[in-house]
Amino acid sequence: MSKTIAEINEKIKRGKAVVVTAEEVIDVAREKGSRQAAEEIDVVTTGTFSPMCSSGVFLNIGHSKPRIKLGGGKVYLNDIPVYTGLAAVDVFLGATALPEDDPRNKFYPGEFNYGGGHVIEELVAGKDIKLEVTAYGTDCYPRKKLETWITLQDINNAILFNVRNAYQNYEIGVNLSDRTIYTYMGVLKPNLGNANYCTSGQLSPLLNDPYYKVIGIGTKVFLGGGIGYVAWHGTQHNPNVLRTDKGMPKEPAGTLALIGDLKQMKPGWLVGTSMLGYGCTLTVGIGIPIPILSEEVLRYTMVSDADIFAPVIDYSEAYPQMKPDILGEVSYAELKSGHIKVQGKDVPTASLSSYPKAVEIANILKDWIKRGEFLLTEPVAPLPGAESGITFKPLKERPIEEQ
Amino acid sequence: MDVSRRIVLHFPPTVTGQPVVYRLAKDFDLSFNILKASVSPGEEGLLVMELSGEQENYDKGIQYLTETGVKIQSLSQDVVRDEVRCTHCGACVNLCPTFAFSLEPKTRKVIFDHSKCVICGLCVKACPPRAMRLYF
Repeated sequence: MSKTIAEINEKIKRGKAVVVTAEEVIDVAREKGSRQAAEEIDVVTTGTFSPMCSSGVFLNIGHSKPRIKLGGGKVYLNDIPVYTGLAAVDVFLGATALPEDDPRNKFYPGEFNYGGGHVIEELVAGKDIKLEVTAYGTDCYPRKKLETWITLQDINNAILFNVRNAYQNYEIGVNLSDRTIYTYMGVLKPNLGNANYCTSGQLSPLLNDPYYKVIGIGTKVFLGGGIGYVAWHGTQHNPNVLRTDKGMPKEPAGTLALIGDLKQMKPGWLVGTSMLGYGCTLTVGIGIPIPILSEEVLRYTMVSDADIFAPVIDYSEAYPQMKPDILGEVSYAELKSGHIKVQGKDVPTASLSSYPKAVEIANILKDWIKRGEFLLTEPVAPLPGAESGITFKPLKERPIEEQ
Repeated sequence: MDVSRRIVLHFPPTVTGQPVVYRLAKDFDLSFNILKASVSPGEEGLLVMELSGEQENYDKGIQYLTETGVKIQSLSQDVVRDEVRCTHCGACVNLCPTFAFSLEPKTRKVIFDHSKCVICGLCVKACPPRAMRLYF
């Protein structure tokens, strides 16, 4: 049995495509058997809704009269500094950017109530954003100061371009020390007081296509409530990791770089996020359709929480000091039971990734496809697999000698 | 008719030695849930609690408290969840000291049981989308 994306698209256009979520497929395929299920099901939809720091927006704000060159100048959006090392009126707003006067962790733990991610959320909500520019002035761009309100609707372009999203599996954070620590994995209480995890498990996009057989460059996706595309493999993409018999990576592995027009995204699916004592970020909603081209592709989508294992890492010592130690591996089924065993201790678990929102995304994408509003795309190139030789390297430091 | 209110009781030093709360329960058939307590004999004490019972008994209980010299205020702080901002990630679930948060088993949505909240404020700063608000 094999299908093509073109054939599936024909069924989608006729409103005849059979679409199930990555949660629903587990029971359906177990009941019918993978062979029959692969024949009947055309698309499996996945979803995830998690903080993803390597997210940001390229903005073209339009030319003022007289002209001003933002490139090389200083530019703020709602007091958040944006990157100006681009052409005259292009800037990049990163999710983790903070106001210059934010106390950071000077008053520990810092609250980080407002940052780049929050500006992105407010742009999508159509709110007025304060733009402040100081430039050096040139013959062709003479103006040196600009203060104005802008909205997403008024500016020329707003391109969400996230260089690392949708991590294929992630670590579980715990704290072995005797004081509370404030990390990007949330507040971790002392002496194994809690354990935090951060993927949607059986609904997670790349865990349903562990060897990147169908998700590739050019794959059309749900991104921030609108349409986006896989632009490239994400930074730190690391296909060459230990895997289970079923192909599930046992540690963080593949990643995706995603791109999409911010102007068609929806409030609620890009949420400005504050990690106490750590910083600001953006919680991103992503859903990826898996075309069931073969029984093999379907079998991978049958992955359930019991098949996914993640390493438990001490964020008080092993993580910050780059030590390879792991405190064990636990399954997502165990994580979702509310408690895991670490070093013989019963540790309560919590998620930083919203499973209810992941379910909602998978269902929205399912509806779009069933209604014929969302056609699948053929990838133009595959994501690098284990054979690519790509590895995730630590920084090699070399001393800088004084001249 | 039943009522349930959250109140702050200030005990003058002369009253802290008396079994005031015991009498609220025994004489007026009121149930109480202590949210915060700082009561030492001989010093001014503070008790934050939710007091529930029949309206008539509740009024009598409050009258009794006033007569013993206890100063009563309605609770001036409250923790409220912004239902629109909450993304149901669950980061709060294992941080709350009084287990006011739990997961709805089927949907994994976060349930906030307001009656268990002691208004410590721990969740307010730890909530990634800042959905928990402290009101004064």
